[in-house]
Amino acid sequence: MKLPWGAATPLLLAALAGTTWASSAHNTDPQSNTNATNGTEGNSGLTSLPIVTWKWHHVEQPYLMALWVLVCWLCKLVFELNHKLTATIPESALLIFIGFVLGGMIWGADKAQTFTLTPVTFFYYLLPQIILDAGYFMPNKLFFGNMGAILTYAILGTVWNAVTVGLSLWGVYLGGIMGDLKINLLEFMLFGSLLSAVDPVAVLAVFEEVHVNEVLFILVFGESLLNDGVTVVLYNVCDAFVTLGADRINAVEIIKGIVSFLVVAFGGALVGVVFAVLLSLLTRCTKNIQIIEPGFIFVVSYLSYLTAEMLSLSSILAITFCGVCCQKYVNANMAESSVTTVRYAMKVFANGSETIIFVFLGISAIDPEIWVWNTAFILLTLVFVLVYRIIGVFALTWILNRFRLIPLEIIDQVVLSYGGLRGAVAYALAFMLDGNKVREKNLMISTTLIVVYFTVVLQGVTMKPLVNWLKVKRTSKTEVSLIEKLQNRAFDHILIAIEDISGQIGHNYMREKWNKFEEKWLRPILMKSSARKKQDQLFNVFHQLNLKDAMSYVTEGERCGSLAFVRSENNVNLDFKKKLASDISDIMPDINSDSSDTGPYTIPMTCIMQDNVPTVCLDVEEDMRGKSMRDTENINTHHVLQMHLYKARKQHRHRYSRKEMGLNKDENEVQEIFQRTMRNRLESFKSTKMGVTQSKKIKPAKKDQIPNGKHKTHSFEDADFSDDNVFSSDFAGGVASGGGGPTRLSIRSGGGIENPAFMPDVDHASPLHTPPWSAVVDDGVAPSQRAQVQLPWSPSNASRLTPLRISTRSNDSFILADRPTAQGEQPPPSQPKSTPK
Amino acid sequence: QTYLFQYTFAVTPAHIKRLYKRFQALDKGNKGYLSPQDFGSVKELATNPIGDRIIGAFFSQGQETVDFHSFVRILAHFRPLDKNRAKRPDSPEPINSRISKLRFAFQLYDQDNDGKISRDELLQVLRTMLEMQVTEEQLESIADRTIQEADLDGDNAISFDEFRKSLEKVNIEHKMSSRFLH
Repeated sequence: MKLPWGAATPLLLAALAGTTWASSAHNTDPQSNTNATNGTEGNSGLTSLPIVTWKWHHVEQPYLMALWVLVCWLCKLVFELNHKLTATIPESALLIFIGFVLGGMIWGADKAQTFTLTPVTFFYYLLPQIILDAGYFMPNKLFFGNMGAILTYAILGTVWNAVTVGLSLWGVYLGGIMGDLKINLLEFMLFGSLLSAVDPVAVLAVFEEVHVNEVLFILVFGESLLNDGVTVVLYNVCDAFVTLGADRINAVEIIKGIVSFLVVAFGGALVGVVFAVLLSLLTRCTKNIQIIEPGFIFVVSYLSYLTAEMLSLSSILAITFCGVCCQKYVNANMAESSVTTVRYAMKVFANGSETIIFVFLGISAIDPEIWVWNTAFILLTLVFVLVYRIIGVFALTWILNRFRLIPLEIIDQVVLSYGGLRGAVAYALAFMLDGNKVREKNLMISTTLIVVYFTVVLQGVTMKPLVNWLKVKRTSKTEVSLIEKLQNRAFDHILIAIEDISGQIGHNYMREKWNKFEEKWLRPILMKSSARKKQDQLFNVFHQLNLKDAMSYVTEGERCGSLAFVRSENNVNLDFKKKLASDISDIMPDINSDSSDTGPYTIPMTCIMQDNVPTVCLDVEEDMRGKSMRDTENINTHHVLQMHLYKARKQHRHRYSRKEMGLNKDENEVQEIFQRTMRNRLESFKSTKMGVTQSKKIKPAKKDQIPNGKHKTHSFEDADFSDDNVFSSDFAGGVASGGGGPTRLSIRSGGGIENPAFMPDVDHASPLHTPPWSAVVDDGVAPSQRAQVQLPWSPSNASRLTPLRISTRSNDSFILADRPTAQGEQPPPSQPKSTPK
Repeated sequence: QTYLFQYTFAVTPAHIKRLYKRFQALDKGNKGYLSPQDFGSVKELATNPIGDRIIGAFFSQGQETVDFHSFVRILAHFRPLDKNRAKRPDSPEPINSRISKLRFAFQLYDQDNDGKISRDELLQVLRTMLEMQVTEEQLESIADRTIQEADLDGDNAISFDEFRKSLEKVNIEHKMSSRFLH
């Protein structure tokens, strides 16, 4: 139900205004209230029993807190009503604006800014969950694969930013433009260091809207997370120096500063890792308390944050690495429901915190006391921050490109430098400055706020148009011919393949070593044995494909109102009449919910149920399209080519999103390609090896209705899960693990099959996180494709599905599927009818 | 042997060392040559629509093994073009020249090596590179149009020359070069 935008706003604003007025009004009351009640109580001048008393002072604190949280979240509600607005202006900017409004109201009520973003609240209650969210959902393979670049930007880049901004400002100050400020060099350096940090919260908020390729995203994201180590050190060192006074600084102190950086950074990371190990071990044992299992994640991670803070190490690094290292094991060990809970809860917390932070950033501005205006200082700071960021990025990239396999292009560098947003961390650090030592604290706070607003609002708003403009500029060509288009894409694929074959030798070697080590030593300790087994098997792929098909069947049934569609001849290409031999259900043991090694993007059944009904029918429209295609103009053909060429791997979107837990739709493509490749390989392999002993257990008849005309009429050999036979590598595709856990496709050549050509030893899970049913929602064909290939059983013999019950909760689909079906068990025609042309 | 490589493919000794290490890493079982399964272990190839064709390109006609020489030869196609190389009139075309790169790409399409990309061969490639929801008619239509655009002599197939001509404007050196061998 869509509220009319116009009507909703005043309502909600009124609500907001009401709550803020109420809260600020109450602030002035408590004093008098307490006195009054104290008076009445203490006096025992109670004349009669009060039926009800006003107990504001009892609940003041938690009440205000809860009220503020509510208000902030309501703000988000307000502008989410209008999607066009959120598309142009990033959420963070909008929240800041609303913060301004609210701040104005409060100031109007109280004549003083009673609510500001205090560093304590920010650092201890608002920031940790955001960072945890980032770490927990971090695409590990990408992250560690690009670690060199990320570290370079984080460390060298941040130091460069800090030093240059500080020095330049000092230089200009000496020049005298800034007037009479009481800041010395050290304080300038301090200021520079607190402004140097690229803020993860702001970056994420903006990059949600702007879709860049995954490498670029991970660079910006990783950098913003890791540079905290540098910022904290720089800030503390400079702060200490300021306290010590300039005269006590000598070489020893400087060396201590450098050492301190190393200790803080690595120490923080180490603390995080230790807690990750603890967490993984803990989740090994929580089988009997599954109900509070999710809670452990949050508590232990928070403890890691606080521990690092206690030891004056980098707390952000600690919680990042805690999330990064534990995700794989925790997801494998916990029950599927717990995994879901954790994921959803984390998103709630992170998103909620982010909202609160930005609103308060806005509110904090409406405080006349802190505003000191010095045009030159502020303006120059802005300029320097921007310019030095650009210089730094370009210089570092130039260096990096000499070592990278795939160099970063100019447009990437532009986005990188433009994406250096400052945010709440800088503000909080400025707030924490000691007003006694740093006399111009207010000026610094004001400047920081201006810089934050500028970067978040202006750069945030213009980022997307900038990227689009650049991309368009780069690829502006005259009309390209079909063959050029095709060939361009082919080149992309070729190049990627060649790069894969030639390999980044150092990288892969390390990764192999790490994988072996991890599998041999870490897994037995940190993962439950049952989870470990599931990692090694392809059951979950099979299982998910089954589930997916079951889902499509059910939704199709719902859509068509009955199960009659299965019979209908002309329309539906779905073929569910595949036999799942009873042997299979014996071989497959209790497949329960621990299919979570498909990584953080597994969405269990319950979620799917709530999603939009996937349109599975791929029917008459196909024909229609066919007919219109015959009258094709060039445009249509181009359009088709454009739309449907598989994307090269580099073009896939990044996978992390604060707002959505959705699955990457590109995973679907990758799945398709993988399946097709495997099918082809098996085809060619079979055709070259006649007389191969067939594993007869499952033999679904393949329907020929593959829309793009792959006519394979022979029956398809599929996986057999007994030990002696060749696995169909189709299943390998779906197995993924976010942390990059190896999935062993054990190939035993049995049954007279020698030299299986192209049988991959799938050593390492491909980044196919999603359960196969994931984005199937979008394209109608895919289910049938996979339905063709897979063994899943048609629900016409639905009782087969019962062994696949994943959890006691999500029984719905199975109950539906268990409906007795009217038609008999017909073996599918082996020569299926082709789509009427 | 390295001398031969250097001369033929103009790769430096450092390249050769790196490539040899990679060759050894791929060569499970230390056979001294690569077989299709070894390529199969590069899992990313399975998710590449034309991965299998590229693997096939490594194997010369009828061969089932790839020795190091062929391995380097194929990879050398992708060296960035050395723009400053003096043109010696009677030296053979360097392996990473534009023509050679194009020929490599051409051979990916032309599986039966008759010097032409027939409609069927084009259809096959299109099938692998387009999403599954594209119908057979759409595929055929695209294939027909593509041939129409490129075919100059009307034989309903694309010869190497036609292929080359139609890709004149494409920056082959950029698109088919990888910095790893820089």
